[in-house]
Amino acid sequence: MKMPKPDQDIIARRSEIIRRLQAIVPGDGVITNENELSVFECDGLMAYKQLPMVVVLPESTQQVSNILKACQDMGVKIVPRGAGTGLSGGALPLADGVTLGLSKFNKILDIDLDNRCAVVQPGVTNQAVTNAVMDDNFYYAPDPSSKIACTIGGNVAENAGGMHCLKYGLTTNNLLGVEMVLMDGDVIRLGGKHLDAGGLDLLGAITGSEGLLGIITEVTVRILKKPQTARAMLVGFDTVAAGGNCVAKIISSGIVPGAMEMMDKVAIDAMQRFVDSGYPLDVEALLVVELDGPEAEVDYLVERIEQISKDVGSTFLRVSQTEQEREQFWKGRMSAFPSIGRISPDYLTMDGTIPRHRLPDVLTRMNELSEQFGLRVANVFHAGDGNLHPLILYDANVPGDLDKAEEFGSEILKLCVEVGGVLSGEHGIGVEKRDLMGEMFTEDDMKQQQRLKCAFDTSGLLNPGKVYPTLHRCAELGHMHVHGGKLPFPDIPRY
Amino acid sequence: MADIFKPEKGTQVLDAVKWAVSNKASLEIIGQGTKRGLGRAVEAKAVLDMSNISGITLYEPEELVMTARAGTPLTEVQAALDDANQMLAFEPWSPKSIYGAEGGTVGGMFAANVSGPRRILAGAARDHMLGFKAVSGRGEDFKSGGRVVKNVTGFDLTKLMAGSMGTLGVMTEVSFKVLPKPEKSRTVLLFGASSETKAMIAAQSSPYEVSGYAHLPRSMAERSSVDYVKNAGQDVTAFRIEGPAPSVTVRCEALRKLLAPLGESVEELHTTNSQALWAEIRDVSYFTPEKQIWRLSVTPSEGPEIAKSLNGEYVLDWAGGLIWLALDPSDDAEVDKVRGAMQSGHATCMRAADAVRAKIDVFQPQDTALAALTKRVRAGFDPHGIFNPGRV
Ligand SMILES: Cc1cc2nc3c(=O)[nH]c(=O)nc-3n(C[C@H](O)[C@H](O)[C@@H](O)COP(=O)(O)OP(=O)(O)OC[C@H]3O[C@@H](n4cnc5c(N)ncnc54)[C@H](O)[C@@H]3O)c2cc1C
Ligand SMILES: Cc1cc2nc3c(=O)[nH]c(=O)nc-3n(C[C@H](O)[C@H](O)[C@H](O)COP(=O)(O)OP(=O)(O)OC[C@H]3O[C@@H](n4cnc5c(N)ncnc54)[C@H](O)[C@@H]3O)c2cc1C
Repeated sequence: MKMPKPDQDIIARRSEIIRRLQAIVPGDGVITNENELSVFECDGLMAYKQLPMVVVLPESTQQVSNILKACQDMGVKIVPRGAGTGLSGGALPLADGVTLGLSKFNKILDIDLDNRCAVVQPGVTNQAVTNAVMDDNFYYAPDPSSKIACTIGGNVAENAGGMHCLKYGLTTNNLLGVEMVLMDGDVIRLGGKHLDAGGLDLLGAITGSEGLLGIITEVTVRILKKPQTARAMLVGFDTVAAGGNCVAKIISSGIVPGAMEMMDKVAIDAMQRFVDSGYPLDVEALLVVELDGPEAEVDYLVERIEQISKDVGSTFLRVSQTEQEREQFWKGRMSAFPSIGRISPDYLTMDGTIPRHRLPDVLTRMNELSEQFGLRVANVFHAGDGNLHPLILYDANVPGDLDKAEEFGSEILKLCVEVGGVLSGEHGIGVEKRDLMGEMFTEDDMKQQQRLKCAFDTSGLLNPGKVYPTLHRCAELGHMHVHGGKLPFPDIPRY
Repeated sequence: MADIFKPEKGTQVLDAVKWAVSNKASLEIIGQGTKRGLGRAVEAKAVLDMSNISGITLYEPEELVMTARAGTPLTEVQAALDDANQMLAFEPWSPKSIYGAEGGTVGGMFAANVSGPRRILAGAARDHMLGFKAVSGRGEDFKSGGRVVKNVTGFDLTKLMAGSMGTLGVMTEVSFKVLPKPEKSRTVLLFGASSETKAMIAAQSSPYEVSGYAHLPRSMAERSSVDYVKNAGQDVTAFRIEGPAPSVTVRCEALRKLLAPLGESVEELHTTNSQALWAEIRDVSYFTPEKQIWRLSVTPSEGPEIAKSLNGEYVLDWAGGLIWLALDPSDDAEVDKVRGAMQSGHATCMRAADAVRAKIDVFQPQDTALAALTKRVRAGFDPHGIFNPGRV
């Protein structure tokens, strides 16, 4: 993975840059010493590390604006950073760039139960939003497994999902407004407590933009009333195809469960051994299905899913009878990462989406690839929405293993695109999948996307080297390749 | 009269745009032209009529996804969905009551981000649009998104296209999410609410998953086709409950109990009546044709007070967050008064004579930084401003 070549002129001006930043953010907000900088050297994609030139931790929108203005002035690159849990290297520092951390933006500004929303600073963790409204029986629905650590700002930047996104939507569907600072220092507000921002849906466009369009400094999210009850079911199958079939039948019968997760044998074994979650060890595929809502609804849907499961030939079926048991069923799935960490020194977390019905094919092909590369793979899926998380097991101490694992990962993602899916469902492109963008998009498609970046960040200084394999200058992107002479009237049916 | 291009395949759309670009000629993009009254009247060199770029190209009910060419009539989409007992969950309104024209196309619906009462629970058109193919104002094909729901692969241009009113590109094909129709739909009516704001907040703070909250002042309720509403003789606040039958029964009962102390009395509408009422609310069918119509998106708890302060006829949807306001005709649609009544949010003049719309900002004006950004975004897609000049 190649990052843009560090600009030696900028690096040579480091102390001047530090002075300018210190003038904006006094005290301990500017981090320059190597020991402290090393905390920021990577995000959740730990295979890639780079010390940032400087880290700055502003605490007000005005400071963010001043920092961006100053950096634009000096031609210095900026890498925004939340909690650094991102899995695609979006917050990977640049040797000639300033990492701008939002950790001091950690306040909950307004809880408005009447309008079912919360206004928070971007450095507040996902879980903290729910905690702040829990006593009133509200919660924030998107629930990435990293919710204890990851920030709302990072969630917006990655359009984070989670187990309950099947029914309640991704970040983009639960976001009402943001305040954000552009690279030139302009502060803009999009949306608010009302629905649908007026004008172009820039709020939608910045969600999932991986820190390339602006620094988010305030976020308004929808909060929801907690469902009255929830029950979880474990459904096991002899074959993965039968599990996939069950998922399809549930969805097509009109049921949208609160969550519907699936895992394959390698994953089931690893999880059950890590923590007793009641998972059977003699099945090839296991579904965890959660139904939530009023008791009458939950009971009714549980019955219907029991019937569907039997019809498609499930070999194991358990329904949680108590809240404690429901939590137990989730324990394994919630600790997917540490469980896999227990059985393999290293693993790569992949994240592609496919049309649900292609699941059996994709798994078969994935197993073939696993043999071909000689690396094991464990699979967990957000089955309801076709989002796959193959975990490729490797050992970084074995020379060549990481390269092999990455190549394997690329093949899986290409496969996702081939069957009509996409490269990333929720972890983003970052640097990890950057060079695969051409699998999905033509050069023109990507240029059009980058023109959006130019509108937000003309200088191209915000998080460069991420998402797009080729960096184009904005002037070049603005150039029109249209015929010098006028085209004749086209031959199209006319009236 | 402007020339009308009526392409029959995607390459012809591209040809038409390339012609327009190279000749610096502007294009008005229309589906069936049912919502031409939204935004200012466009004066373009030629009309690009997309209605022959038509047909559903993919419908997989079990995958909850449909792909259709942009000019596909909504009636065709609706018929296909009805056959599979599915729906567009964002409940697009029909342009009939507001603009007098029935129908519409897939492209037009998404370009105008047309969403109805269920928007509050299920999201807007933009939340259901998954991907598209289009031709930019640079005369280039481009696409974004896909056919799957979870997707963080490059910038989400799909959201940007939804609601762009044809000012960024000509969509040729759209993929979108569809959902099963609810098994049952009922509506709890609260008559004579002592405070509709409080009643709607109470229901929103309940766990009963209300899929529509509307308020009809008495004079509007009297125009309903549903007897229970029409004959109420007082204000009517409506709460829709949908889902599996046993769940609907229980939730309706619980909601009735919750709401009863907050007004004079409660009633319940069964499926047929319930559907009739929400179709009226969705299509805003309460106002007489001479009225000028505004649509205000505001902080929900402030909606009722803002609506009252404007001295017109109104209906509230989205738990108060959406005000449909009807005013007697004037030559500026009382634009200053309307926008002056709101602290935040946005107001769109949905219906007024061409001359009135030409004079005012039909869409909410933006502050300087945002307006400048919007302009730069547009220029990235349509540098010469050839698409729908003047419309927004
Ligand atoms: C005694 C009685 C009371 C009615 N009360 C209402 C009312 O409160 N609100 C309303 O909108 N319409 C009411 N109706 C009218 C009736 O529900 C409609 O005309 C019916 O055709 C609606 O069918 P649906 O598919 O919309 O109803 P669904 O909601 O699908 O109802 C399912 C079935 O239950 C029957 N049903 C519904 N309500 C009652 C009831 N209260 N008592 C006995 N059977 C019932 C319906 O006729 C229907 O067959 C009532 C009818 C009767 C005979
Ligand atoms: C164990 C584990 C489990 C995970 N599970 C899930 C899951 O279930 N679902 C899921 O979607 N993701 C998951 N993730 C990925 C990750 O947690 C999410 O992508 C999360 O949204 C990142 O938030 P963060 O605050 O850590 O952001 P960071 O990693 O710091 O940054 C992510 C990106 O956002 C940008 N950014 C951060 N803050 C801002 C801001 N304020 N303004 C502008 N740009 C900003 C950064 O530049 C970077 O490109 C998981 C990660 C781990 C380690």
